Amino acid sequence: MEVQVILFAIFAVGAIGSAIVTVTRKNPVASAMALVGHFFMLSGLYLTLEAQFVAAVQVLVYAGAIMVLVVFVIMLLNLGTEQQLAERSSYLRGTLGTLFAALFVILLALAITSNPSGANQLSSKAVEIGTTESIGQSLFTQYLFPFEAVSLLLLAALIGAVILAKRHVQEGA
Amino acid sequence: MNIDFFGSLPLVAIWLALGAIGIVIQAFVRNNTKLVFGYYVGTLALTAFLAILSSGAKGSSFGGMIVLGGYAAYFDVLFCGAGILAMLAARPYLDRLNAELDEFYTLMVSAVAGMMLMAHASNLVVLFVGVELMSISFYVMAGFLRTDIKSVESALKYFLLGAFATGFLVYGMAMLYGGTGSLDYVEIGKAVSNGTATYPMFLAIGTVLMAAGLSFKVAAFPFHQWAPDVYDGAPTVVTAFMSTAGKAAAFSAFNPVFAAIMPDGVGGITDTMRLALAVMAAVTMLVGNITAIAQTSVKRMLAFSSVAHAGYLMMGIVAGTAYGHSAIVFYLTAYMFMQMGSFVIVGYLEREQGDGSDIENYSGLSKQHPMLAAMMAMFMFSLAGIPPFAGFFGKYMLFYAAIQSGYTWLTIVAVASSVISVYFYLGLIVKMYFTDAPGKKTTFATGTAGFTIAICSVAILLLGIFPWLLTNIISTW
Amino acid sequence: MVTTYVPLMIMILIGVIFGVSNIVLAEILGPRRRNKAKLSTYESGMEPIKSARERFTVKFYLVAVMFILFDIEVIFMYPWAVQFKELGMYGFTAMILFMVLLFSGYLYVIKKGALRWD
Repeated sequence: MEVQVILFAIFAVGAIGSAIVTVTRKNPVASAMALVGHFFMLSGLYLTLEAQFVAAVQVLVYAGAIMVLVVFVIMLLNLGTEQQLAERSSYLRGTLGTLFAALFVILLALAITSNPSGANQLSSKAVEIGTTESIGQSLFTQYLFPFEAVSLLLLAALIGAVILAKRHVQEGA
Repeated sequence: MNIDFFGSLPLVAIWLALGAIGIVIQAFVRNNTKLVFGYYVGTLALTAFLAILSSGAKGSSFGGMIVLGGYAAYFDVLFCGAGILAMLAARPYLDRLNAELDEFYTLMVSAVAGMMLMAHASNLVVLFVGVELMSISFYVMAGFLRTDIKSVESALKYFLLGAFATGFLVYGMAMLYGGTGSLDYVEIGKAVSNGTATYPMFLAIGTVLMAAGLSFKVAAFPFHQWAPDVYDGAPTVVTAFMSTAGKAAAFSAFNPVFAAIMPDGVGGITDTMRLALAVMAAVTMLVGNITAIAQTSVKRMLAFSSVAHAGYLMMGIVAGTAYGHSAIVFYLTAYMFMQMGSFVIVGYLEREQGDGSDIENYSGLSKQHPMLAAMMAMFMFSLAGIPPFAGFFGKYMLFYAAIQSGYTWLTIVAVASSVISVYFYLGLIVKMYFTDAPGKKTTFATGTAGFTIAICSVAILLLGIFPWLLTNIISTW
Repeated sequence: MVTTYVPLMIMILIGVIFGVSNIVLAEILGPRRRNKAKLSTYESGMEPIKSARERFTVKFYLVAVMFILFDIEVIFMYPWAVQFKELGMYGFTAMILFMVLLFSGYLYVIKKGALRWD
């Protein structure tokens, strides 16, 4: 068996396992920690797809920054006994959830099996596409316009955050 | 990479005027909402002017990322106009609530910038950035009255469901990329119509997910549940803006994306998809109009009617022809003026009578505010699709487009639901004209909101009587 | 090839083993004297007054959100820095334009006192 396959198996099992832990824990902080683990596993999966840059960003932004926000929200909610948050499981919701998940799995299986044989291989160009160099090159040439537009998006988010969290804007700086 | 700088001017202008200058002005000038208001109205006016100027510069720019001129330039003008009208209405509204902060106008302009990106997009990445820019501004604007629990609830609902819908949209884009190997509308269109998509299954999944994501943004069944609550809870001027310009922006993107992934006369899965969209459109109209009957709040009634109008507009997408697309453009323009005008009137009256969007508060309006009542009646007639107002001609175009493409049953449903809608639109008029006011009420000056209402009513009259004013422009694209 | 990352993975593995083994070894080898003083939050410090699970103020969240936004900005700078020489003046201009907008946002945040803690 190839190294690639073994690594994929490890990361895939890890990702699914930590995802299950995330949704089943009663303590939200434990869920959040399991989510960190999940993000790391995802990052590993990206590596098996030769997407190095995405893998690095996944760890930096998701496992780092976004998780800080998640933990902050848990603290902001001030749940006291976090266990109270646990929802009562509903029979209907469980059935529907399983049904739709099953449908989705069938759909994906169909999509993957309907492809011409050998087409599920990783493209030979994948290695060069995934590097930071190649992303930098296309970000500043082909995707220059969306890149510049993103700065406006970040700006709007910044102003939105300030205005929602700080209603009474101070006099003077 | 070709950069058609002249054609991209409206986008460059709003980007610089907002991001590089506007924010700096706001950082240094404090408590001067008048200046900021003037600056942003000026920004939008300048952008609209540049869009008119560059409307002849057809083609693409930035390596095919955006399309220029014609269609996109028209929408630039429409969005900037909507922005100016909404800002004029917002100033007295927020002033009364003591909630006027200059950031409101910043967010409005950034929403307009997002909409412009959506109309200009020729690549799914640009579309995504535009959708997000518009949506983030809307989320914050919906929750702008932070002490009002309804406003906060509306913002939270909008944000959570909106983020979920964006997830659908992005997943759909990824699937389209997986299926065709390109994010470019033209390339995707070629792959679909030549049947050269590498993975047709992914393409099909992507199409469905895109339809779901965009249907959420236009508030079409079954993704419409958020709309009444959000439109009802948000500050009325924000509702006026996001239920009109926001919907127009979503359709301005819906149109080219579905022209690419669902081209006319390919058959197979495309026909199935078309049928699915037709069913969605039919149910949207019926659900919107039937639920609107049961409402006692005028604001909520208009919110449901806005859902129904998304259904009518989807008929143009279902038709998929050039005529269908121009019908959408015409109806969007008409819809923008009539819906915004009526929401601004609701906002004004609510201002006068506390939480007065209840229909009972409209009784005897014709005696207290004869002008306002007359204009409201005009908007209602236009929304119901009664000639000689713009709404009639827009509906006619949409119905005709659907019949042309063989969707006669859809047109029958649309006519039936229009008839249903007459019931509640005329109900309001009856309330205003044929019942007496319960008590004496004091009146306030409309302030700058008066301009908005006046412009909206003139526009729907003009478009209703001289529809060729707009159809001539559309035919040049 | 993913095999290029094998050294990195070995490194991570050693890190995990080191951390886990220290905890396990401490548990096995360490002496166990469980009395009231030993088990208190601060063995030779203050008596804890109340629960540490207090509600945070939203200010922390605001700082975190701003951190994320500027963090995302840095993510965009990373591929630019790697390709700095190849992109040359052109990439530099593009980045400057991007930075001007974010800098004006930063200016706004500072001037509005959004980072002040009162």
